[in-house]
Order: sequence, then C-alpha cells, then structure tokens
Amino acid sequence: MHTVTEQQLCQAVSDATKRALAIAETHLPDDVTAALQAAYASEKNPVARAELGAILENIALAEETNRPICQDTGVPVIFITLPRKIPLTAAIEEGVRDGVARATASIPLRPNVVSPMTRANSGTNCGEGMPIVHISPGDTFTLTALPKGAGSENVSRIAMLLPSRVDDIRRFVVETALEAGGRPCPPVILGVGIGGTFDRAALLAKEALLEPINDMDPFEQQICDDVNRLGIGPMGLGGATTCLAVKVKQAGCHTASLPVAVNIQCWAARRATVEVVL
Amino acid sequence: MTTHLNTPLGDEVLDLNAGDRVTLSGMVYTARDEAHLRMQEEGFPFDPKGAVIYHCGPVISGETVVAAGPTTSARMNALTGFLLDAGVRALIGKGGMNADVAGLLRGRAVYLAFTGGCAALAASRMNVRGVWFEDLGMPEAVWALELDHLPLTVGMDAHGHDLFGDVTERAQAEFVRMFPK
Ligand code: SF4
Repeated sequence: MHTVTEQQLCQAVSDATKRALAIAETHLPDDVTAALQAAYASEKNPVARAELGAILENIALAEETNRPICQDTGVPVIFITLPRKIPLTAAIEEGVRDGVARATASIPLRPNVVSPMTRANSGTNCGEGMPIVHISPGDTFTLTALPKGAGSENVSRIAMLLPSRVDDIRRFVVETALEAGGRPCPPVILGVGIGGTFDRAALLAKEALLEPINDMDPFEQQICDDVNRLGIGPMGLGGATTCLAVKVKQAGCHTASLPVAVNIQCWAARRATVEVVL
Repeated sequence: MTTHLNTPLGDEVLDLNAGDRVTLSGMVYTARDEAHLRMQEEGFPFDPKGAVIYHCGPVISGETVVAAGPTTSARMNALTGFLLDAGVRALIGKGGMNADVAGLLRGRAVYLAFTGGCAALAASRMNVRGVWFEDLGMPEAVWALELDHLPLTVGMDAHGHDLFGDVTERAQAEFVRMFPK
C-alpha cells in the first residue's frame, strides 16, 4: 500500500464533501421519496394530498434541473467513517472545510453560516467550529453529508426526564411534535436520542436521522402513530400525514439520569453518502 | 375543485373559503421584515390596490429565479396592517399568521399558503419582472415576480376562518386525550 500524503488526503476529502453535498441538495434519498409517495397515495384529506403532490412535484423538478430541493440549503453536518489504515489528522477537517466552501460556490448553496453573536456571514458556510464533522472508525472510507435547515432544527428539543418516568419519553416526543406544529415543514422525521449524557443524547438524535426510514421497531412505530393522530398534516394545514418515521438511538446513562433529545427533520430530509477515493 | 385567480385581485377573494385550492397567475411582490419596514416609511414602489405580497427571500441569478420558496409569515404579523389598509388583497407565505391578522383580513383579503420548501417548484412557475430596494440585499429586496399558475391553499379567508388555528386546536385536544395528566 502506498502512503497517503496530507495533501492527497485533504484533496480526496474535499472532493468527497463537494460530491456528497451536490447529491444531497438536489436528490432526496429513495427511502424518503418512497415514504412521501406512500403518504400521497393513502392521504384522504384533499388539502394534505395537494400539499404532498406539490412536494413530490418539487422533488422531481429539483432532480431534473439539478437545483436545490429547498432554498434553505441548510448547514452541512458531515459524518466520516475512517478505516484503520488512514491517519486521523487535521487534513481531514481541512478537506471538509474546503469542500464545503467549493460546494457553496458551485451548486450554489445559500451562505447560511454566521458568527453567533455578531451575525456576520462568512459567505462560505464555514465558520468557527463549522461545518460540524463527526469521525468514527469503519471498514470503508465514506463521507455522509446531512445539510440541516433551520426551520426544523429550531423546534428540536432536549429534556432531562425523571429516571423513574420512562413512560414520559413518548409524551415528550409527541409534545415536541405538537409544539412544532407546521413550523418544521411537516411531514417530518423524528430522530430521538435516549440516554448517554446531555450532549450525547443530542448527537444520538442527529445520528438517528442518518438511518433509512423504511422500517421501524414497535416503539418507533407507536410514537409515529401517536404523532400522526395529532392531525397536524403537511405544512400544518391538517391531514393524516404529520410524521413519516421515528428513529430511536440509545446509549447507557447514569442511574440518576434520563436524557431525551428530539431532533426534528423536515420532509426535505437530505442526506447522501459517497466513498472517499484516495 | 381549484379556483384560478389573476392579479390584480378584487372582490373575488371574498368568495374563497379556508381550505380551498387556488392557482394564481400575474404579478406578486416579495417582502420580508425589512421591506415591510421600508414600505411603511417610504411608501409603495408599486400600486398596492389589489396587489399580492409574497413572504419570500428568493435566490435570483441575473433574470432567473433559482429558488423562491416561502418564508415563515408569522414574523410579519405586526407589520401587515398598513398593507391591507392600502388595498393589498392577498398574502402568500408559510405557517399562517396570528389572530390579529385574521381580524384584519375580514371582509377584504386572504392568506394563501404555499408549500414550504418547494423552491424548485416555485422557481419553475415564476419570472423576474423588476426589483426595488436592492440595497437591502437580495433576500430582503422587493422583487416583482410574474406567476404562472402557482398552486396554493387558502389558509385564512376573509370571513375569519383560519385553517392553521383550527388544526392546532384539534391537535392540542387530541394530545390531552392521549396523555391525560
Ligand atoms: S424546514 Fe426544511 S423544507 Fe422547510 S424551509 Fe426549512 S429546510 Fe426547507
């Protein structure tokens, strides 16, 4: 095996970031489109059907014309799996930053990243600690882009529940969807993180949004059905389709804690995974 | 059934009911918070009689609309009265507006919901016809956009009906049934 230079690594990660973002922004994953189509087929409320019809038409148009699916192209959240033989160096994060800046200019993406207090816009979708990069060990060298819009991120919640009240988890998740109402552009997907620590629960919730949504376990299905009973419907205009799926991830936690995080994802559930080619 | 509307609008908006589907053609004017404030101070750069305001910060490249989905209308709740007083007949946006606006709409105008996030669909149904207040920046400027059959839902009608409000009320009641305290 040849040894990889820092420069090659940076370039390869930059190219992969740009490619993953270009796919994610213009093509919705097949499982999400299929879930929206199934909802359209089963929805009886005429307003909800029309809203879902507009969404499906929009998805097809974006794909056809290679345009962003939504004008809020989000902030890039990047997940990388790193095989043992690739060195974990600063070149990886540098590559991501470079790729995000290039993707912002070429796709083009709306420059969304600002300094939190001065609100000054960098113009590149990069900033202090942004984009967010999560690296974990894996068998193959892959990069996943999850551009996250503000509408759904802003109504996400976290709670430190009473450890004796495990039943309250369901209530908290459904209440989060109720309070969000039409604001996160439903139908939504709910990523739920249970356990860990305050910060880990939020990360688990975000990671849950990486999972394909074509199957749910009974607990996930129950929460999904509960949310749909609220009748919020697409865009908050009413209907049977409020939630396409609930995905739960768990981690062990302190015996005196029960952290629960709900990360809401709008129907524009953009994510794409590519191989990093060295 | 879908009703087709052409701008400028008149009393035909009074016949619409919350939940109706409409398609809209003709000129609309984009305005977000900053543009509302500017128009309140300096007056309208277009004729407000029968006009339609679109809550939208578009991405425009030259003459082309790249993306033009709706923004959250609630931010403009407190800035809407003067528009309706000047003769504006419809507002387009996402998420609906508050009870004050529902009251202001009575007998004169409607709120039309456009599907959130549908930027590519919006772009395919509109052309740029002019721009004012460009110093506010691209998303905050007032853009004259000509629509061609944009599909919309009447979210709030001129008789005080508010689809968003009804849905929220029912959802809250259902939640209490599911999780009695
Ligand atoms: S919530 Fe999602 S679909 Fe709605 S505007 Fe934001 S990114 Fe787009």
